[in-house]
Amino acid sequence: MKRSFKTRGTIAATAAAALLLSSCGEAPEEDGEGAAAEEVDYKACLVSDEGGWDDRSFNQSAFEGLEMAIEELGVDSADAQSTAESEYGPNVDTMVQQNCDVVFGVGFLLEEGLREAAEANPETDFALIDSYFNFEEGEELENAKPLVFNTGEAAYLAGYVAAAMSETGVVGTWGGIQIPSVTVFMDGYADGVERYNTDNDGDVELVGWDKEGQSGSFSGDFSDQTQGREVTEQLLSQDADIIMPVAGNAGVGAGPALEAAEAKMIWVDSDGYESTDYGDIVLTSVLKEIGQSVYATIDEGVQDGFTSESYVGTLENEGVGLAPFHDFEDEVPSEVADAIEQLRQEIIDGDTVIDSENAPS
Amino acid sequence: MSASGSQQGMTPAPKPEHQSPWAEAEGRLSRALRELGQTSWVVTVLAVVVALVVGAVLILAANRDVQASLSYFFAQPTAFLETAFQVLREAYSALFRGAVFDWQAPSAARSIRPLTETMVYSVPLILAGLGIAIGFRSGMLNIGGQGQIILGATSAGFLGYALSLPVGLHVLLALAGGILGGAIWGGIAGVLKARTGANEVIVTIMLNNIAIYLLAYLLQQQWYKQTGSNQPLSSSVDESAQLFSLLGSGFRLHAGFLIAILATLGVWWLLERSTLGFEFRAIGENPEAARTAGINVPKATALVLVIAGGLAGLGGAAHVLGTEYRLAGGVAGTLGFDAITVALLGRSKPLGTFLAGLLLGGLRAGGVLMQAQTGTPIDIVLVLQAVIVLMIAAPPLVRAIFFLPHADGRPRIRRRSARRKTEAAAGTSSSRQPELQTASTSGASSAEPPSAESSSSESPNSTTQEPGK
Repeated sequence: MKRSFKTRGTIAATAAAALLLSSCGEAPEEDGEGAAAEEVDYKACLVSDEGGWDDRSFNQSAFEGLEMAIEELGVDSADAQSTAESEYGPNVDTMVQQNCDVVFGVGFLLEEGLREAAEANPETDFALIDSYFNFEEGEELENAKPLVFNTGEAAYLAGYVAAAMSETGVVGTWGGIQIPSVTVFMDGYADGVERYNTDNDGDVELVGWDKEGQSGSFSGDFSDQTQGREVTEQLLSQDADIIMPVAGNAGVGAGPALEAAEAKMIWVDSDGYESTDYGDIVLTSVLKEIGQSVYATIDEGVQDGFTSESYVGTLENEGVGLAPFHDFEDEVPSEVADAIEQLRQEIIDGDTVIDSENAPS
Repeated sequence: MSASGSQQGMTPAPKPEHQSPWAEAEGRLSRALRELGQTSWVVTVLAVVVALVVGAVLILAANRDVQASLSYFFAQPTAFLETAFQVLREAYSALFRGAVFDWQAPSAARSIRPLTETMVYSVPLILAGLGIAIGFRSGMLNIGGQGQIILGATSAGFLGYALSLPVGLHVLLALAGGILGGAIWGGIAGVLKARTGANEVIVTIMLNNIAIYLLAYLLQQQWYKQTGSNQPLSSSVDESAQLFSLLGSGFRLHAGFLIAILATLGVWWLLERSTLGFEFRAIGENPEAARTAGINVPKATALVLVIAGGLAGLGGAAHVLGTEYRLAGGVAGTLGFDAITVALLGRSKPLGTFLAGLLLGGLRAGGVLMQAQTGTPIDIVLVLQAVIVLMIAAPPLVRAIFFLPHADGRPRIRRRSARRKTEAAAGTSSSRQPELQTASTSGASSAEPPSAESSSSESPNSTTQEPGK
């Protein structure tokens, strides 16, 4: 008993000392604030969906776009994380009350809230990430801009690479929840595998997603990594050796499972080589440049050039893309790399069209 | 003998020896629930105070300006204190302005809007909280509020957009559908408990999961969602099925708040005035005694969960028909679990639950503004809730923090003084002497004077204690 008190005392003393040391810094000069960027009179605001800003996926990408705008354009900002669906409307409304010039909503679930706010507040601009607005027939708003991404195009390339690199002849994918912005990845991936089989007379099988039947493996949400690992294990047991999880934070659960099985991962949204701890097993990533589009929209707004014209990220405008192979640069045969380059060009030229009912149209 | 006797005297409900461990656990549960209802309101208020203090520490810890000023604390301690005070004032005043009255709002309507927002948020919390509270009063831990809300929302929403009926009828039918959906979901757990003795905690938790995935499945089915798009969202509830607005456009306050008031009165009547409510409370106090008194315990058990489920379902229905208008996978958010907090905070009393619902609704509404205006993470609101629950669930903790006397200390003190009195009355030192020895040798470690301690074994008090232990 005495001993434990002693130890506790030591810990407390150490903590206190640490605190003391860390508190001995110099006070800053009153006016020493170096202006990071020229201040502009523009306020950009962001409302997340339930994922929150640290979801390593689209909320986070959007937030990074905002941060970049704060840094480089010097805009003012406000942000709101939603913790439940009932907060979307109030969060958007609060942003309008904060005199935001533009309000971004991340995710299709904010569509209704943003649309209603756009109707009621013609002075404020609104941008919706990952979905179009469901306007009534003939209705059109000058202040509502959708930012969508045809990720199927980039996932097509990823599917081709996966099929080419698979040693077992089985590749896999799974999603968080069955919604179009997730399944569009899986459709493109399925088509890419198919394309590889057609071009090379191959017989690579895809598990976890059936494009025809629109059914496959889903973990149930975008946060439960244990469940993500579970789904990954299931696909691994079907012999898959390259797996693409499309599940935000839940996808991180695939990391340890794939590492143990010496399989490879294809990450989505951001470059998984940098954004996850499993860079050494990330073959490549399907990039969705949400941050760029947020930044570009703010930039337009600062220059008074906001339009309601929808932004569709494609391979052509580099709104979507395939990340570098990083550690696998040497392992990917040059003919595969060449084929990818050729496919990219085909898609940009419109010779190859990724047909998906989930693609933004 | 004397030591065990005195310890027995401390526990309020002595249990017969032949009980199985399971029954013992159940007994402990119902005792804990009963104690919850008896927690003094002082503890409740103090729990909120503690939560606000803990929240303040976290707000400060998360704030960059405060962190920065802390790094030169010794060079300029006032800077830290000033920043800290400023940050806290801003955060909590934004919480207040977002929840009650916004004196910085541009218009009069806007400045009273926060209070109406608080009411809007509180509607499903109050309704589901009442359901949970009925369970608590009847000795049942109904964790299934979430599933019952989802089922209520699922049925009410579907009836709201799938049918087309005249105005008044449509909304009534949709509400009834919501109640029925929740009641069925609660009833499953109720019947299972009544018939097979299945633990309602486990059953309701499992039913929550089933409800979540049932809704997710339905939202993939075109016949259910009726939108034509492949997003997992249902179409919007018809205007004829929407709960009418109480204050007109610009406010979201809807008739659901009136329903919440009526339900609070109804539950009060049910629990305090009706025979059924008496039966509920009786099985909560002591199922054995209730059975002996001729109460049909299985039937009452099942009915408790049916009614609790119905109330939660009504909450879900009001949520969909009054504010959300459409169903999405996360339509219930964390309402079902927040409702448990509401019931705990309201000490399982109807009025208390109503007020607790308003408080939590206020935290939700205020959190939105606090986050937007001061950049304080909304998670603080969740921490506040969590700390409140922690404090309510452990009243001794609150009492320890504030040096309060024991809540049911009155009987203890009374007993002690009563013992002293009986002793004084008996006054025979000869009988006291040997007992003193047994007490000291058996090592009964208590702050009480040994004389009082030892006398309990032989004093008239011991007759109230259970024999043979």
